[in-house]
Amino acid sequence: MIVEFLLNGEPATARIVSPVSLLDVLRDQLELPGSKNACEQGECGSCSVVLDGEIVCSCLVMAADVGDSEVVTVEGIGGDGLTPVQRAMHHSGAVQCGFCTPGIVVVAADLFARNPNPTTLEIKEALAGNICRCTGYGAIIRSFEKLARETS
Amino acid sequence: MTAPSRVRPARVAGGVGDSTLRPDGIPKLEGSFEYAQDLWQEGALWGATTRSPHAHARIVAVDVSPALSIGGVHAVLTADDVPGSPTFGLEHSDQPVLASDVINYWGEPVALVAAEDRDTARRAAAAVKVRYEILEPLTDPGEADTRDEAFRRIRIRRGDQEASGPVVVEGYYETAMQDQAPLGTEAGLAVPDGQGGVDLFATSQFLHVDHEQVVASLGLSADQVRAHPTGIGGAFGSREDVNLHIHLCMLALRTGQPVKMVYDRSESFTGHVHRHPARMWYRHEANRDGTLARVEARILLDGGAYASTTPAVLANASYFAVGPYKCDSVAVDGVGTRTNNPPCGAMRGFGAVQVCFAYETQMDRLADALSMDPIELRRKNALTTGDHFATTGQIIETPLPTVEVLESLAAMPLPADSESDLLPGGSGLTTEARHVMRGIGYAIGIKNLGFSEGFDDYSQARVRLAGSGAVVETAAIEVGQGLVTVLAQIARTALGISDVTVEHVDTSRIDSAGSTSASRQTQVSGGAVLKAATTLRDRILHHHDGDDLTDQGVLRNGDVIVTMGELVADDWQETATFRHPPTTAPDEYGQGKLHADFAVAGHRAVVDVDPELGLVRVIRVDTAQDVGKALNPEAVLGQIEGGIMQGVGLAVMEELVVEEGIIRNPNFTDYLLPTILDAPDVEALLIEEDGSWGPFGAKGVGEPPTISSTAAVAAAIRAATGKAIERVPVRPQDIAL
Repeated sequence: MIVEFLLNGEPATARIVSPVSLLDVLRDQLELPGSKNACEQGECGSCSVVLDGEIVCSCLVMAADVGDSEVVTVEGIGGDGLTPVQRAMHHSGAVQCGFCTPGIVVVAADLFARNPNPTTLEIKEALAGNICRCTGYGAIIRSFEKLARETS
Repeated sequence: MTAPSRVRPARVAGGVGDSTLRPDGIPKLEGSFEYAQDLWQEGALWGATTRSPHAHARIVAVDVSPALSIGGVHAVLTADDVPGSPTFGLEHSDQPVLASDVINYWGEPVALVAAEDRDTARRAAAAVKVRYEILEPLTDPGEADTRDEAFRRIRIRRGDQEASGPVVVEGYYETAMQDQAPLGTEAGLAVPDGQGGVDLFATSQFLHVDHEQVVASLGLSADQVRAHPTGIGGAFGSREDVNLHIHLCMLALRTGQPVKMVYDRSESFTGHVHRHPARMWYRHEANRDGTLARVEARILLDGGAYASTTPAVLANASYFAVGPYKCDSVAVDGVGTRTNNPPCGAMRGFGAVQVCFAYETQMDRLADALSMDPIELRRKNALTTGDHFATTGQIIETPLPTVEVLESLAAMPLPADSESDLLPGGSGLTTEARHVMRGIGYAIGIKNLGFSEGFDDYSQARVRLAGSGAVVETAAIEVGQGLVTVLAQIARTALGISDVTVEHVDTSRIDSAGSTSASRQTQVSGGAVLKAATTLRDRILHHHDGDDLTDQGVLRNGDVIVTMGELVADDWQETATFRHPPTTAPDEYGQGKLHADFAVAGHRAVVDVDPELGLVRVIRVDTAQDVGKALNPEAVLGQIEGGIMQGVGLAVMEELVVEEGIIRNPNFTDYLLPTILDAPDVEALLIEEDGSWGPFGAKGVGEPPTISSTAAVAAAIRAATGKAIERVPVRPQDIAL
C-alpha cells in the first residue's frame, strides 16, 4: 500500500509491502536515520517523533497508520543552526555517545514549545521515557534548567 | 648549532583545562551523525545469525536448504565455511566463529545468512534447521569450581600468614550479572574490495585486536583486511570482544557484495559479554585501634562459556580485593569458572566493582564491631603514595589521595531531612513521607589505570599539519566518552595551535592505540598525542630557527617568519608511540609491580526507602574523585555522573536473570535501566594533584565512578533498613520480606 503523510513539513510517500514500523520506514525508506532504534519496544525513547502533535515512539507506530498524519523527526527540528534546546544541550555536556540525543531533542523541543519555563520535575517527567546510558542525566537536566531560566 | 631558546606554547583556545565543546556534538544533536547502524552502500545485503535456543547441546545435523530456498537469500554459511581459524578470542582463541559440534551457551551462533532485505535475512536465519541433542548444562559456578572448570585461578599470599587480630568480621556477598546496555546495538558493514580482501566498518573498542582476530579466521594476510572506526552508540566494555565482525566479512567475501548487520536489542543481549556475577567470602581481622591485621578473601567470578577477558577480570577482582587500604597480611584465592552461562567479560570497573561491594560492606561491619566511625576506620587504614599495595606488595609510586578523597567527601553538605522531589515509588504515590526511612552510606574504591600484569600497553598517534592547522590521527575508539575532544585539546596545548581536528583512521594507516578500556585512552593515547605534538613543534622550530609556533606560523622575536600555509605545504608530520611505565607479571604468590597507576574515588549515597514495598529512591550520590588533572572538567563530570548512574543501577535494579543458562530478561522492558526519574543529584569534587604519568598529569576517569557507587548505595539502604544487604542489586523482597 501507499501511505502519504506530511513529514517535517513536506509531503512524503511510503510504499509498504509488509507490516513495518514508522521507525523502519523513516530510517530505511525515507533516508532519515536520525531517529534511532535502540530497543524496538517503546522503552528507551531513542526513536521519539511528533505524530499529529503527540510524542510517540516511532518503533511502536505501524507505518500503515500514519496516512494523512503529520510527522516531525529530529531532522525537522529547527532550520538553520541549532535550536535553543539543541544549543543548551551542546553547551552543557549533555551529549556523549549521542544515540539517545535525537529522541531527547524531539521531546525537549515539544516540552519547551508547550511550557517555556518548566520546573526541574516537569523536565524529568517529560523525559522519563528517554533512556540515556552515558550521562547519568545530570548534564541533560542542567541544560534544560538553564534554558528554562533563560526563557522565563 | 645551538638550539634557540623557545617559549612554551602560550595558552591556546580549546587547550587542556578548558571544557571544550565536543566536535561531534552538533551532528549528534541534528541527527546527522553517522553510526554503524546507519551505514549503507548501494547493493548491500542484510546479514542475520542463526543462534542456539539451548545452553548446552550437541549439534547432530544442520540443514541450510530451507533457508537457501527462500527467494532473495544469497548465502547461508556454517562452521564448515570458516576459511581460517575456527575460533577467536580476545586473549585466548577458544570461541568458535560458528559452533560446529557442541553448543556451550544460549544464543551461540550456528549459521549466517545474507539476503536482499532484513526481514528475508531474519526469516532465513530462522529457517535453518538445526537438530540438537540436548545436554545437561553446567550452570552452577560453585559446581564448576569443584570440577575444576576454571579459566584461571589466582593465589595471593602476602606477609605473615599467621597474623591475626582480636576483632573479626566475616561475610558472604554476591553481585549479579549486569549488562553494559549501550544504546547502540552491535552493527556493521563489510565491503569486499574485489581483490579477495575486505573493509570492515563495525562497532568496536579495540580496532587492531578485532583486526587480528578477523584476519586469522578469514585466513587472509593482515593487509587484506582493513578495520575502520565508525560511529558508536556507547560501549562500557561490551565492544572489546569480536561478535559480528568475522561473520560480516565471511558473508561479504562469499557473496562479493557489501553486507550490513544490526543486532536487535534481544540479540545484543546474547551478542556481547556481561559483567561477571560474583560470589565472595571475606574475613577481616583488626586490632583494637582499627588497623587491619589480616584480610582473607575467596572470590568466584563466573566466566560463562568462553574465556573472553575472564582471566584479566579475575586478576583485577583478586588484586583489588582489599581495596584502598593498607594491610600486611593478605590471602586471596580467586577463580574464574567455565560454565554454560552467557560469557562474561569487560564492563566498566572490570572486576573491581564486585569486590568493592564486599570489602566496603566488611569495613562498615568492622566499624560496627569496633564501635568506630566508619570514615575514621577508613582513614586509619587509607592507602597512599609510598605504601605497599596490600595484595601485590608493590609500592604506590604515583599520587594516591585516598585521605583527601575521604575527608572532602565527609565534609560535603548533606541534604535536609525532608529534601526530595519524589518519594520511593515516584508518582505512583505508594507511600507517605512519614513512612519513608532515610539512610546514608559511604564507600571508597580503587582501580588500576591502563593494562597490568606485564602487558605491553602502548598507543601510536600521528600529528600532521594540514588545512589551516593540525590533524591528529589515531585508531583509538571514540565511544561517546569524549576522546575526540580531549586528544585535540592535548594537541592544541602541545603545539600552540588552536585549529586541531581528530581523525579516527583504519588499521592500515596507523599502529594500535590499544583498547578503549581500563580508563586508559586519555593517559595512553593522550600520551602518544602529546609526544608526537611536542616533537613536531620542536622539529619545526628547530628547522626554521624560530622561537614560537602559533596559529600564524613560526615566530621569531614576535615576527611571523614562516606562515602556517607554508608549513602545511611542507607536509610536516610526526608519529609517536607512548608506553606507560612497565609492569611485571605476578609471581606464584601474586606479588610484583603489576599495575602502572591507580585511582581512588569515594561516594556518599543518600537513599529513601519504603520499607513496606521495598522500594528505594536514591536521592543523592556525592563524590570525590582522584583525577590527576582534569583536562576537560565538564567531560570529567560527564564520566563521573554517568559512571555513578551505572553503579546505582547495579545497586537497585540492573540484573540479567539467568536460569539454566538462559537469559530471562533480554530486553529493555524486563532489564531495568535507570531513567531520568531515578537519577540522583550529584555533587562532584575533583581531587587534582601533580605527578601522574598521564599527559599534563591526567589520570583516567571513566571507571572510578562505577567502583564504589554501588557499595555506597547498598550501605545507605543498610543504614535505612537495618537489613544485612549482602547481595546487589537490592530487590524489593530483600527489604520488605
